[in-house]
Amino acid sequence: MSLFDQKISVLHEQLHKKEISVTDLVEESYKRIKAVDEQVSAFLTLDEERARSQAEKLNEKLGTDEAKGLLFGMPIGIKDNIVTKDLRTTAASQILHNFDPIYDATVVRKLQEAETITIGKLNMDEFAMGSSTENSSFTKTKNPWNLETVPGGSSGGSAAAVAAGEVPFSLGSDTGGSIRQPASFCGVVGLKPTYGRVSRFGLIAFASSLDQIGPITRTVEDNAFVLQAIAGVDPMDSTSANVEVPSYVNALTGDVKGLKIGVPKEYIGEGVNPEVRESVLKALATLEKLGATWEEVSLPHSKYALSTYYLLSSSEASANLARFDGVRYGYRSPNSDNLMDLYKNSRAEGFGDEVKRRIMLGTFALSSGYYDAYYKKAQKARTLIKKDFEDVFAKYDVIVGPTTPTPAFKIGEKTSDPLTMYANDILTIPVNLAGVPGISVPCGFDQGLPLGLQIIGKHFDEATVYRVAHAFEQATDFHKQKPGL
Amino acid sequence: MSRISIEEVKHVAHLARLAITEDEAVNFQKQLDAIITFSEQLNELDTENVEPTSHVLDIKNVLREDVSKEGLPQELVLKNAPDHQDGQIKVPPIIE
Repeated sequence: MSLFDQKISVLHEQLHKKEISVTDLVEESYKRIKAVDEQVSAFLTLDEERARSQAEKLNEKLGTDEAKGLLFGMPIGIKDNIVTKDLRTTAASQILHNFDPIYDATVVRKLQEAETITIGKLNMDEFAMGSSTENSSFTKTKNPWNLETVPGGSSGGSAAAVAAGEVPFSLGSDTGGSIRQPASFCGVVGLKPTYGRVSRFGLIAFASSLDQIGPITRTVEDNAFVLQAIAGVDPMDSTSANVEVPSYVNALTGDVKGLKIGVPKEYIGEGVNPEVRESVLKALATLEKLGATWEEVSLPHSKYALSTYYLLSSSEASANLARFDGVRYGYRSPNSDNLMDLYKNSRAEGFGDEVKRRIMLGTFALSSGYYDAYYKKAQKARTLIKKDFEDVFAKYDVIVGPTTPTPAFKIGEKTSDPLTMYANDILTIPVNLAGVPGISVPCGFDQGLPLGLQIIGKHFDEATVYRVAHAFEQATDFHKQKPGL
Repeated sequence: MSRISIEEVKHVAHLARLAITEDEAVNFQKQLDAIITFSEQLNELDTENVEPTSHVLDIKNVLREDVSKEGLPQELVLKNAPDHQDGQIKVPPIIE
């Protein structure tokens, strides 16, 4: 049995009573990584020396008021597109293979203030572009439930590390489903907060109007604790929202009586695997038993979300990734004798195919003559997609559906056709376009692979999302099952 | 008809400062053409009177006091630079 089978509040209690030390937690993490990460490949970089010495220092505070914070001494893994001072941060790209940031992301700073311990950096699709973590320039992460399947992506390392018991929780980032989809594939809990809820300062930008950082955990309660620590307005991110952060743990009442759930017919219809649909209908029956009611609703522009997303996110990416030019940091091609060739060769040799494809799509969509037809059209479609959610939320408290149309697929199964890979995110992308919060919680299994229930809330109403997710979790046993690694 | 030609792919690659080979241009042309063709489903939508959304939150200008702050020390700025000399980042010749 692993220490990390316990939830954070229990570990906290054990620390408080000095039944365990911070060093025990850190050693548990590295022991587990040594045992399973050769198979799972969740981590890109470990920070052992610093983690151990930090643990020693924190041990001295045990039993004092300084150790009262719930996250005190907790080991954590961080997705490799979140910058960590003096700790290698690559975004899983060759172009940043030797990059050591000179500052910490706001979320990292906040977690340090909460005295968590960074165990290492987690694998992902290069620059968060992908749905399987197969686009990493360095290694392919495996799904702990079945090593022949993908963990999902782009936060595949973050979800796999938690599922494999290597860390009690991790941070991921979600632009079109990159927290929720891997959480679903790996049988863990992943939240994409409302756009603006968590500072993006220090998140290597992919699509700035969609990106959000969020927690991946074993339980809903743990997730609420982590969001509590990282949420809030930040002067370093002018798109972070100045909206009060409520107590999320107070929201975990277990009570969903009278709650109104909308279930979009587009999310349980054609293209959704029957086992997935069945598990969602069972989950709805569970919520009904707890006193909630549900009705079928429509998000009529759902089928346009994928096109809208790829045009907008690629356009934003083409601008954001212009900074990687081989001049100030990162990879520089040795084969250039003028500046233009240095740009072109460094980028050509440093970026992988999927990243190049999206930079080119975005450059095309923004280029003169095509801007109105593609980019502006997609921005207008986004307005319609956002309005779909507003219409449903005028009558319902939350929207519930599957997180993904299928369970985890085989490694290599979808790499040859970009559009097939993109279609995997069809149920998560609209949430980013609308900017609302969404969570994935375990809701069943299909042939031994986990399935996820997606619960979507109103802007800044993570509290209700957590309340529903927690009530469902308490009424079911799916989150208690562990992969047999 | 293709939405994007091989010549356009090469032009876009130049705009994006990406060196590409002939083979890559052929391959990217096929893939980008498929993605662009798929995205033209948006033309089914009547967006005549629809405002574009660039940002989901109702944030306008976010202002702060214009206070001067210490910049980054030179050694930190140069820490990750692939090549530097006398405190400056070094690149190949820009002018002949």
